[in-house]
Amino acid sequence: MAMATTTPTSGKRTFRHGIHPPERKGLAADAVIEVLPTPARVKIPLLQHIGAPCSARTKPRQEVALGETIGQADAFVSAPVHASITGTTAMPSAVTIPNGRHMQAIPIKAADAQELAGKALLKDILGGDWPTSGLSQHSPEAIVEAVRAAGLVGLGGAGFPTHVKLRRNDDKPIDTVLVNGCECEPYLTADYRMMVEAPGPVVSGAMLAAHACGARNVVIAVEDNKPLAIDTLGKAAKGTDVGIVELRTKYPQGGEKQTVQAALGRTIPGGGLPLDVGVVVVNVGTAASIARAVLRGKPLTHRVVTVTGHGIVKPRNVLAPIGVTYGELIDFAGGLKDGAARIIAGGPMMGFTIGSRDYPVTKGTSGITVLTEDDVAKARETHCVRCGRCVDACPMNLVPSRLALASRNKQWDIAKRYHAFSCVECGCCAYVCPASIPLVQLIRLGKAQMPREEKKA
Amino acid sequence: MAENTNTPESDTQAAAPQTHVAPGPHLSDRKLSTRRMMVDVIIGLLPVTVAAVIMFRRYALLQLAVAIGGCLAAEALFACMRKRRPTLGDCSAIVTGMILALSLPWNTPVYVGLIAAFIAIGIGKMVFGGVGYNLFNPAMVGRAFVMLAFAGAVGAPAYVEAGDVGELRDKMPWLESLGAMPAQYAEAPDGGADTVSAATPMTAKKMKDAGEEGGFLTKFKNLAVGNTIGSLGEVSAIACLLGGLYLCLRRTASWEIPAGAIGAVVILGGIGNLMDPSSGWTVLDDLAGGALLFGAFFIVTDPVTSPLTPKGKLIFGVLFGALVMLLRGYSNYPEGVMFAVLMVNAIAPLLNRWTVPKPLGGPAPIPVK
Ligand code: SF4
Ligand code: SF4
Repeated sequence: MAMATTTPTSGKRTFRHGIHPPERKGLAADAVIEVLPTPARVKIPLLQHIGAPCSARTKPRQEVALGETIGQADAFVSAPVHASITGTTAMPSAVTIPNGRHMQAIPIKAADAQELAGKALLKDILGGDWPTSGLSQHSPEAIVEAVRAAGLVGLGGAGFPTHVKLRRNDDKPIDTVLVNGCECEPYLTADYRMMVEAPGPVVSGAMLAAHACGARNVVIAVEDNKPLAIDTLGKAAKGTDVGIVELRTKYPQGGEKQTVQAALGRTIPGGGLPLDVGVVVVNVGTAASIARAVLRGKPLTHRVVTVTGHGIVKPRNVLAPIGVTYGELIDFAGGLKDGAARIIAGGPMMGFTIGSRDYPVTKGTSGITVLTEDDVAKARETHCVRCGRCVDACPMNLVPSRLALASRNKQWDIAKRYHAFSCVECGCCAYVCPASIPLVQLIRLGKAQMPREEKKA
Repeated sequence: MAENTNTPESDTQAAAPQTHVAPGPHLSDRKLSTRRMMVDVIIGLLPVTVAAVIMFRRYALLQLAVAIGGCLAAEALFACMRKRRPTLGDCSAIVTGMILALSLPWNTPVYVGLIAAFIAIGIGKMVFGGVGYNLFNPAMVGRAFVMLAFAGAVGAPAYVEAGDVGELRDKMPWLESLGAMPAQYAEAPDGGADTVSAATPMTAKKMKDAGEEGGFLTKFKNLAVGNTIGSLGEVSAIACLLGGLYLCLRRTASWEIPAGAIGAVVILGGIGNLMDPSSGWTVLDDLAGGALLFGAFFIVTDPVTSPLTPKGKLIFGVLFGALVMLLRGYSNYPEGVMFAVLMVNAIAPLLNRWTVPKPLGGPAPIPVK
């Protein structure tokens, strides 16, 4: 096993508390990444990240080519969006993305001729050679600019613009780039397939990221339920300074605070970011996209999406253009089975159920999980028996039962005393509760309803 | 939280299965349920129950039947009165009944057992709003009530008076062969074997400490195995350990509580030993004698009436152990488990307040809107 060679990592390879939900990754783990046939139409939302929305740069009925910028980012914390197919634009229209936000999107109708499709597209995005030496010929500024122009955001779901993280900041020097390959959500295998099939761009991208932000160490953290990925990454990283750390599988290891704790043994201060402890965390998909943006000058137009669950006829990992609908991906995976109960954007722990098949895939869509009635069956809610299991499960070391009760009764002073805002909404508490109390749901609601000071203008 | 089937946009092309939206997480650990926890406690109580039945045979079975039946009937009755769905299915009434029965003497009159059961469920649990809301351990509330109201029938004297040695021999002739007659487990009684009373080990020790006739110390071997007179569940230390360890391994009982309790007893009992090394009563006897282990593993670990946080649980256990030692040593009662349970139950909410854990990385500042 290729373990960290030169990179000093002092993590304990795990974090406190957390849970072991059923992994169910076997459904799609061995499904080789397939390319979705070019859809007839895509709708590209102008806001797929944390930050300011883009402004449309195209007019209706304008011809656009794959990779052309169609939404430009005017603010610093923002990311442009690009045409994911070649075709003709239409009037911007409103779409809903899975987290419930409504926003403008630019529809593109596919042209008959696509310069890149099928195998050629896959090769263009993940194939070919990915150098691991001579990367310092790219200046840090050039890397950051290429990443910005490519519209890169965190592909793990949070969607924070990547260029903002990579920019050097003398107040908070970065010493380590941590590539997050934990993929701790049950069912999802998109990152896993990426590490197995295309470890090259992951390693190159990680090294480029480190060069950009001035980090000396590069560490890729993978959970030990993915031995094949650890192996392929190890081979790809041979001869480089990139270390691979094998973490003990546990949910929510992929959470930024938990990964940094487990892999590096550093504790991110409450309300802080990895950069507060000298770390930049990027997802494996993001790392690969960094390599592609810098080395090939290609923007983020496609991503790997796992379409899985016992409610899906043929679980798959699909390379899909941004803006294609969930419905088309579901159909590509054989459609829904009888008994399908919930369509989830993302994984079953932190994903959102979607109310419509028309929602577009965004940069942060890591998977579509379809659960059956049987999967989601839950016992009736009973009273809290104060068993403390939620306390033992909470990775943030909170008292979820107390927080949920405070939310339910709108006792905001108690919610604050018990640190409601430290909750990362991982759902461990609700998962374990023997009384089936919707703990995280209540806490989330409480956080949203709690009266807070208005931001000073 | 209500699930709602909403379709913000046209959903005409949706495939046949009707899907719905609901907040995550979408999976839950179905191995865990309130009922499963209660069943665990019942399993954990089995070794103790078996030991009691071996010792007291039909008398033990009678007490168990009365207390469990009484608790179930009371639960159904009070649920009906409050116009709620009866919560018999969660098995918590069975647990209360078992613990109550195991805390009673073998010769408790049936009506006393029934009253204890109704008080346990009615006053101990239902007036607070049912399982999850009660402040005190229901079984101990019922036990305390009859202990005060029917002191003659279930209090410490009951063992001595209601069952003198002759009566014990009459009613339970098998005790002799189990080596469980007081004369068989008394270690060097002051006035010779003839003066031995039918007292339980804890009462006999108290009597001896007070210089009363009939007092004696019990052999450790008997305390461990359980062939002594006493409340049904307190006799066998080994059975308590067996069931208790099962509960801790299943994490139905939090190990912090018995660990804290045993730790406190070891330290306080150890100090006692050092101060009076010739007493013949050691830390081990403190642990194995009376209801300490039964209480530490099965009663104070009741999640509802114990703190939520690991630190709180440890402090709670330590307080329990210390109180038991204090009551044993200085109160008028030979044993202090029941009152110690009720006292620590009362401070559990405070312990929760005092032991709010520090979030990972320290509390996050409250964000502005
Ligand atoms: S896990 Fe559920 S029942 Fe147990 S303490 Fe937490 S909220 Fe209460
Ligand atoms: S309280 Fe928040 S951080 Fe803790 S387990 Fe629940 S959802 Fe996760």
